[in-house]
Amino acid sequence: METKNIMIVGVGGQGSLLASKLLGHLLLTQGYDVKVSEVHGMSQRGGSVVTYVRWGDRVASPVIDEGQADFIVSFEVLESARWLPYLKKDGQIVTNTQQIDPMPVVTGAAKYPEDLVQKMRAAGAKVDAMDCVSLAAEAGSVKAVNLVLLGRLSHYFDFPEEVWQEAIEACVPEKFLQMNQRAFALGRNEGSAGS
Amino acid sequence: MKQLMLGNQAVARGLYEAGCCFASSYPGTPSTEITEELAKYDEVYCEWAPNEKVAMEAAFGASLQGRRSFCAMKHVGLNVAADPLYTMSYTGINAGLVIVVADDAGMHSSQNEQDSRHHAVAAKLPMLEPSDSQEALEFTKLAFEISEKFDTPVLLKMCTRVAHSQSVVEEGERSVPEKAYEKNIAKYVMMPGNAKKRHPVVEERTRLLKEYAENGPVNRIEPGGTSLGIITSSTSYQYVTEAFGDSVSILKIGMANPLPDQLILDFAKQVDALAVVEELDPIMENHCKALGLTVQGKEILPICGEFSQNLIAKAFGKPVPEGLHLEETLPMRPPVMCPGCPHRGLFYTLKKIGCTVLGDIGCYTLGAVAPLGSMELCLCMGASVSSIHGFNKMGGAETEHHTVCVIGDSTFMHSGMTGLANIAYNQSNSTVIILDNSITGMTGHQQNPTTGYNIKGDPAGKIDLEALCRAMGFHRVAVIDPYDLASCEQVIREELEADEASVIISRRPCALLKYVKKKAPLRVHPDTCRGCKACMRIGCPAISIREGKAVVDATLCIGCGVCTQMCRFGAFEGKEET
Repeated sequence: METKNIMIVGVGGQGSLLASKLLGHLLLTQGYDVKVSEVHGMSQRGGSVVTYVRWGDRVASPVIDEGQADFIVSFEVLESARWLPYLKKDGQIVTNTQQIDPMPVVTGAAKYPEDLVQKMRAAGAKVDAMDCVSLAAEAGSVKAVNLVLLGRLSHYFDFPEEVWQEAIEACVPEKFLQMNQRAFALGRNEGSAGS
Repeated sequence: MKQLMLGNQAVARGLYEAGCCFASSYPGTPSTEITEELAKYDEVYCEWAPNEKVAMEAAFGASLQGRRSFCAMKHVGLNVAADPLYTMSYTGINAGLVIVVADDAGMHSSQNEQDSRHHAVAAKLPMLEPSDSQEALEFTKLAFEISEKFDTPVLLKMCTRVAHSQSVVEEGERSVPEKAYEKNIAKYVMMPGNAKKRHPVVEERTRLLKEYAENGPVNRIEPGGTSLGIITSSTSYQYVTEAFGDSVSILKIGMANPLPDQLILDFAKQVDALAVVEELDPIMENHCKALGLTVQGKEILPICGEFSQNLIAKAFGKPVPEGLHLEETLPMRPPVMCPGCPHRGLFYTLKKIGCTVLGDIGCYTLGAVAPLGSMELCLCMGASVSSIHGFNKMGGAETEHHTVCVIGDSTFMHSGMTGLANIAYNQSNSTVIILDNSITGMTGHQQNPTTGYNIKGDPAGKIDLEALCRAMGFHRVAVIDPYDLASCEQVIREELEADEASVIISRRPCALLKYVKKKAPLRVHPDTCRGCKACMRIGCPAISIREGKAVVDATLCIGCGVCTQMCRFGAFEGKEET
């Protein structure tokens, strides 16, 4: 099988490491070779961060390159757009609609671009956009955006729901389990059509 | 059982299985998680040392005692530890000693992009270079065998993409070899008479290591198409494999030093053309050229930055997939100080005073970034305290009263104390600010000698910064709270005006620490806010302007209250505590 690729992108501190841990666990239990590449250090301090998840019969490179991503899972709209060149021609974006101003916008040196979802669609991307913060809050914590996104992403896979549930149980601490399961279910069951 | 492991986690597992008993390290991205993960095994003694030189010497002492020992550091950390390293090459070891050095091509979290392989060549030490997590585990164990067989410390070179990538690993069992310490003055006392006898031993060892490199398990040829042969190592090997599959033959180098001359020459004979794919400096390439081979290398591949599969494919004229593009230029998102970061109030105050700020390595390096933009120097660990002395000595009164240096608590323990001793001894009128956030922040929260806790979070010795500075001869030692802007400004102005050297300790724990109680997020009252943007001057990522008014992002704000001190109209209000 050809190597498949998911990029998880966002702003440092938004919780992308749990999402990649969960995906890595799930794909390994399904018998694939898996590589996950993370970012630590300075960019975790509110910078643009990216995690690569790759799986297949044999995965060589730990990173995803331009034009290779089957999915971009994004915690923030501007970050989806930033990594767009990494999406395959027929790739799918699953994004939170939250906007977090980067420092050049905060200081007034730049403007936050408008209508990014529409612009990405116009560029040829399939974009599934949803307000994950509200859904996460509904589940019990605004920090559960990662599970809402994964719930939405699970739509695009043939794995039965138990496989996802088992991965959540394996990766999430006991005391946050129910809340994260709710967040996953909300993401899986809601959101706009994937186009 | 097969499992996914970070490269760093796999090194820790390899250390455990190899029977390593002692580890001493100083944190540094991308090496930090090795020692953190190793500390989870109760059988291994682990500690954070004040700096890499101390860590390496401590590990050497443990090796001398007869226990397999380890230390880890980032590439620039090896510069700090170079002094013991180069002479440990002469003394050799007792029990196995392995040193991880983690390079950061692409400078994800570093101040330079140096290639640590130069140190291995210069110190005449064997260096292994794994290309994924399984190899990281196996090479760690192999490194101990080589260390003991050849009586040498062994360097294990990681890089960001091997250290911080997870791949599949199979675990093994732990076994612990032990040796006794034996007095051996001729081997361990490196004064000229002894060292002169040890140098030829080092040269003979290098000859034997070369033989090992030729025939050992660590370098291998992967036969494929013969029109092109590629010599490669580390993460570059993975990119080459992805870009070429088996359309080329590969000589995969697992031992970066010494290189296997005969194996390289044999490989060259098997292929029509030869190329070397290595990140950073052309070390293998120059080695091949010295062997008289014609190779392609840095004339088609960059020296700066890291590689990827597409970069390599393009360099060799192969097609690469194209992605989608937007027409407009997107604003960058550089790293910023976190919401509630105690450094923010301090740097705002320094900017307001308008003094020159010589800085150092840590989260607070972000004090150089807009809108605070008040830090003017960042060189290496401890350089702020050393350089303000020279700066003031030559600038005289004019600069003395307008210059401060800033250094974090952990960086101060690492290399700031000796600079402070120079200020005390040679008496410059310098103002040193220690940013005491009670943790090593940038690398992800490691304890240090000022925090009172050890690597496992248990109570440990605690160095009292105020007492230390006074003992060094500083009469003026002040403590400020960086959340209190008015008193910060008053104290810094006083100390700048003073006619003797002073130390200011800006003390407030990192806002990300679990024990730090977060307050409820603040809210901007839209009727009271005049949209003057005064609050935007502190550069807090939780505050933005929406439709002309300031808005606080409740998912980011921790209620530190620095913004409320910026607002003349009292527009920020706290909610009831939850």
